[in-house]
Parts: sequence; C-alpha cells; structure tokens
Amino acid sequence: MPAKIKVANPNRCINCYSCMLACSRTNANSVSLIDSAIDVRTSGGIESGIGIIVCRSCIDPPCARACPTGALTPRNGGGVVLDKDLCDSCRVCADACLPRAIHFDRADMPVICIHCGVCAKFCSHDVLEIRKTEVM
Amino acid sequence: MWSNVLYIDLETAEHHIRDRSDLFEKYLGGTGVATQLLLEECPAGIDALSPGNPIIFSIGPLTTIFPCVSKVVSMFKSPMTGEMGESHAGGRLAMAMRFAGYDSIVIKGRASKPTYLSIHDDEVKLKDATSIWNLSSIEVTGKILREVEPGKGRRSIMRIGKAGVNQVKYANVNVDTYRHFGRLGLGAVFGSKNLKAIVISGTEEVELPDMPAYKKMYSKLYGEVVDTEVMDKYHDLGTAANINVLNQLKGLPTKNLKQSHFENAESISGEYFADNLLLRKIACSNCPIGCIHIAMLKTPFQKGHEFEVSHISYDYELIYSLGTNLGITMGEDVLRLIDRCEQHGLDIMSTGGVLAWATEMYERDLITPPDTLGISLRWGDTDNYLKMIDRIVEMPNKFYQALAKGTALAATEYGGEDFAINLGRLEIAGYHTGPASIVGQIVGVRHSHLDNGGYSIDQKASSQPLSEEQMVDKLIYEDYWRMINNSLVCCLFARGVYSEQNMVDALECVGIKKTRDELEAIGRKIFLAKYEFKKREGFDVDKVFVPARFFETVSQLGMLQKNTIEKMLKLYRKKTGI
Repeated sequence: MPAKIKVANPNRCINCYSCMLACSRTNANSVSLIDSAIDVRTSGGIESGIGIIVCRSCIDPPCARACPTGALTPRNGGGVVLDKDLCDSCRVCADACLPRAIHFDRADMPVICIHCGVCAKFCSHDVLEIRKTEVM
Repeated sequence: MWSNVLYIDLETAEHHIRDRSDLFEKYLGGTGVATQLLLEECPAGIDALSPGNPIIFSIGPLTTIFPCVSKVVSMFKSPMTGEMGESHAGGRLAMAMRFAGYDSIVIKGRASKPTYLSIHDDEVKLKDATSIWNLSSIEVTGKILREVEPGKGRRSIMRIGKAGVNQVKYANVNVDTYRHFGRLGLGAVFGSKNLKAIVISGTEEVELPDMPAYKKMYSKLYGEVVDTEVMDKYHDLGTAANINVLNQLKGLPTKNLKQSHFENAESISGEYFADNLLLRKIACSNCPIGCIHIAMLKTPFQKGHEFEVSHISYDYELIYSLGTNLGITMGEDVLRLIDRCEQHGLDIMSTGGVLAWATEMYERDLITPPDTLGISLRWGDTDNYLKMIDRIVEMPNKFYQALAKGTALAATEYGGEDFAINLGRLEIAGYHTGPASIVGQIVGVRHSHLDNGGYSIDQKASSQPLSEEQMVDKLIYEDYWRMINNSLVCCLFARGVYSEQNMVDALECVGIKKTRDELEAIGRKIFLAKYEFKKREGFDVDKVFVPARFFETVSQLGMLQKNTIEKMLKLYRKKTGI
C-alpha cells in the first residue's frame, strides 16, 4: 500500500533539521539541506515561526499537469514520480506547486518527495507521520 | 578532506581562502586548529582590543555530519583575562559554516567605520553598519539584518549589542538570538574592530567516502542521543534542574558565595520555570534533543490588559548568577534581569558576579552612593539591579568603568579582593562543590567549568571518597579528552554519547583513521599548545589568586582548605608538565 508523508504536529518542531539531513542522506547520498525534499525553515528568525513544507501528495498534481516534457507523472496514491531523463529544468513545476514543495538541487534537477518516510523516522518530536493511502 | 580557511582583513577589505590541511591533519579541527591559528596570528603581548588581535572561528571534521556535532569554537586573546580567549556557541552557525564551505574563518584588522560581514557561499562582503551600530537591542539588530540579507530561514546571524560596542570586557556575541559566544569578551573584540555582525549561509553538499558505513553509524549515534537516558537531563527541565539539586547539596553559590544554599530556591528552580514560565524548547541545527529552553515573560504595562511579551532563553548558570547570587526570589524577576543583559549583549555569568561583589561592597560601606550614582544595592532588588546593568554598559563614572572590567580588576581598584569571586580573572560558574571545581577552573584552559567538569568530580567524591591525586588524574583525563570533543566539535552535553570508541568510529566514517591512543595524544598536544599561548601571555597557575571566601563558606564536600588546593595544583603541574 503506498504511503504519504504528513506534517501531523507542526507546532512540536524544534528546528533541528534532522529530517532534512535524513532525506538527503538517504535519497541523495549526501550531507546537505538542498538535496532534501522536505523543507524546514524559519520565518523571522528562530524566535518566530517554523515552516515545514512537504509534498501534499495531490491525487491530481498541478506540478505534473504543468510539466511540459512529461518528466513528472502522477504517482499511485498521490504525488508525482520524476523521470530525470525527460526533465529540462524549466522550473514550471515549482511555480505550479502552491505550497512551494518543489525546489532545485545543485545539478538543477527538481527534488521530488518519494514519500519514503525516512524524515519521520528521524523526527524526535513526532512532528511528521507516515500514513498509508488507498491505491487508486 | 575539509581544510578551507577563510582569511578576512577588515582594514583592507580583502579576503582569500587557504587550504590548511597541514593543520587539520594534525589537529582535527575546532579547538585544535583554532589554537594553532591563534599562535600564528596573534602577536605576543598585544592589547586584546587592538586591531592585531585576530578573531578565529572553527568547526570540525564531524560538524553537521553526526547528530549533536553542532558547535563552533571561537578564539582570540581575551580582554577579560589577558590570555587565552576561547568560547563555544551553538545555534545554526556550525551548519552555516559547513554548508558555506569554511572550516575556519580568521578575521584580522579594524574596519575604518562600523561594518558587518556578509558571507554567503563564495560571496564575502564587508557592508556598512553605521545605522545599526548603536542599536540598543540584540533582537532588533537581528530583525534588520534578516530583511536585507539572503539565506532566509537557515542562515546564522552573529551580532553584538551595546556592551560590545562600548567594549565592556565581558561583552558577548549573540548567535541566532538564543545562543552566545560568552564569557571571555569576544563581543568587546568585535567592538574594537568596528565589527557589528556576521551573517553566514551556504548551499554546499558534502559527500562521504563510504555512505553505507556512514548511514549505519549515524543511526547508531542518533539512537544513543534520542532513545537512551544519556541526554535526558538536558531535555526535560534542562540544566536549570541543577538549582534544586545543588541547593540541597549545599553547592549552590548564593549572595556572592556568602552561602552555598538559597532559602528561596524553590521559586527560581528548574521546576518552577518549567511549570510556570516555559514556552517551548528549540534546538541547535543537527541536534534532536532541543535543550534551548525558552520562557515567556508577560508583563502588564497599562490598564486594560495591555501586556509586553518577551521570549527569553534560560539555563542553570543564568539563574544562579542573576538569581541565587543576587538573592532574587522570583523566576519572573530573574527573567527580567536575563533579558536586560541579553539585549545589551553582556555575558550573564560575569554580570551576575560583578553585581554580587558590588552588593557586598555596598553592604560593607566600601562603596557609597556617589560611586553607584545614587543606586542603593540590596540583595533581591531587581529594579535597582536593572539600573546597574544599564550603567555598566554606559559607564558614566569611574566606578562603572571599573565594573565593566570584571570583578577581579574592579576589586584591585576598590578593594574587597577576598570576596571578589573569580578564578583566573573570570567570574566562577555556579558550583561550590569542592576542591576539584576550584582547581578545575584555575587550570582549565579557558577557566570554564566545562574544561574538565571539576564539579562533577566533586560530586562523585561525595558518594565515593577520592584522594587529591585521584581527583587530579580525573581532571587531566577530562582536560585531554575534551580537547578531542572540542576539536570535532560536538556539544559537550552529548559527551556521554561521544565516547572514546564512538569518536574513533565516527572519524573513520569521514576518512580519518586514528586509534584511541592517537586521539588521546592529540588531545594532550592541543592542551599543551594552549598552555604555550597562555604562558606566552603571562598566565601562571601558581599566581592565580583564590579569594578567601572559597574557604569560609561550606561546600558540598564540607569546609575546604587552602592547602588542599595548593597540593592539587602542584600535582596537576607535575603530571601535565605545564
């Protein structure tokens, strides 16, 4: 059964970035923030709010609809799958995603969440949850 | 693998990067490399507030790579002690340096006008700071820089307040609002260089030689941090838990160490803060614990439910120095004092020590209202202490100028040396636990209780008696091994996780193969290099003045004798070869 990542308790976040480091370590084999599909950042300093952006796993994803090359296609259970060979880094997908869950890495490729749940596994404060979804 | 040193000259506005693998291979990083850079860059005998004093920042080979390896070492000649200045800070700085690609940063010279540094990946710029130079709030300075600088959401912002601008000798550097380079006066060195702030961010990614081995080791260490009890005390009440503990044990310096217990401890205890004032906890980057305890202080200022709200970070040492040490009886009042020091950018442990000494001087009529400009000093009088803090920063007369130099120097001008509670010219940490605490702070390379954890050795001795020699051996073991912790640079709160073996294994994951014995030898070498600097600048263990008060107030281990301290110092010298 496919799974999807959910920001279940955003106000519990302590801003440690362990989830982002886990995502890049696991999915990009790097130690980095920019290779992470989950995006945590403060707004107005650490004394203000912490924003956590993840792929919303849309069933009819606007990013895939906007993709002119067919590099992004809907994923079973929500979200999208990326075919890097078809991507020409036009960034239309990033603009189509309202929560801005798509950003680009140093190789100018979109970083796409695969909903593997490793970020939730390395969250010590239960901010993130992995949830099962129905196969369409 | 990582050995980039960014050199910045504030006078010529030039910068360049040098590969210093010669240093990183021998000394790992962090404190080991910074000490060598200090020996290279700091001319002997220089005035700490002159342009020639360098400011050095260093991270280590495990920074951001493993959990809780989250600290940055700063190094400089200290305006407070006139010898080694070293201070560590967390926040986001370590991660920002890692991803900007700089393992060390060396800042030299003095800018011709108020300046801040903007460092984003390869872009290094000196920018005009004239309009924010005299801002009275650390918080507002951060807000202004956030609006104009890139790297939103994950950058690090260091800045000084008015205390640094006016060169109060124990001015700190605020890091990301809630963390600091405190104690030894880095803020004053910033001020002397016309340097108001540094903003740093980066987008680099790091690859490691053996990713599967690295992932396995990461999970192991993460598990030890999160799933074992090793770091519990930092997580729950935080370090503030120590107030009630040390109070019961008679190890809690109170009212300028006239007492080692405080009758009103309950209402300023970690439990009181957690139950009544704690708002939330946050973390340094790459630490899943989140020990930064933030309190909310809500103060009514007008009729009609008008409130002023401040968010203030607290820890044990702050509650001791501005709480028990000043006889403050309510947590809310401690927060008001902490907040005032924070906005000025004053080191809180030293400010508390200075105020406690001044209060006793006033009590004994050794200083009078003309000195204090009419402020009556009384234990527990928060409003008057707030006024004093403002005046220390403004330095309107000779007396406040003396207070801005710290307790030790103020006492040489005004007397009261026997109750000027300092060791090595630095106000003490909040432990009157026994001889190991005193000896540890005297010999510690930065006169910090964290150099060797002397207080913890005293506490062990209270349950199982230790001889003087056993205590000294334990101090030396900690002195050497913490050099390795501080070269990696992991948070000392995670020292229980970073055991000898875990450090060996973690280093191997980044391609550094060292045995346990090799690491210990490096630790000793770094320690001796620091003493080379300290001695060069005139520090002599035998000449450290120990105020009589330490022997007049009962400690956790009972009344202390001067000759115990002397004997332990002699042993320490002999065994370390310093």
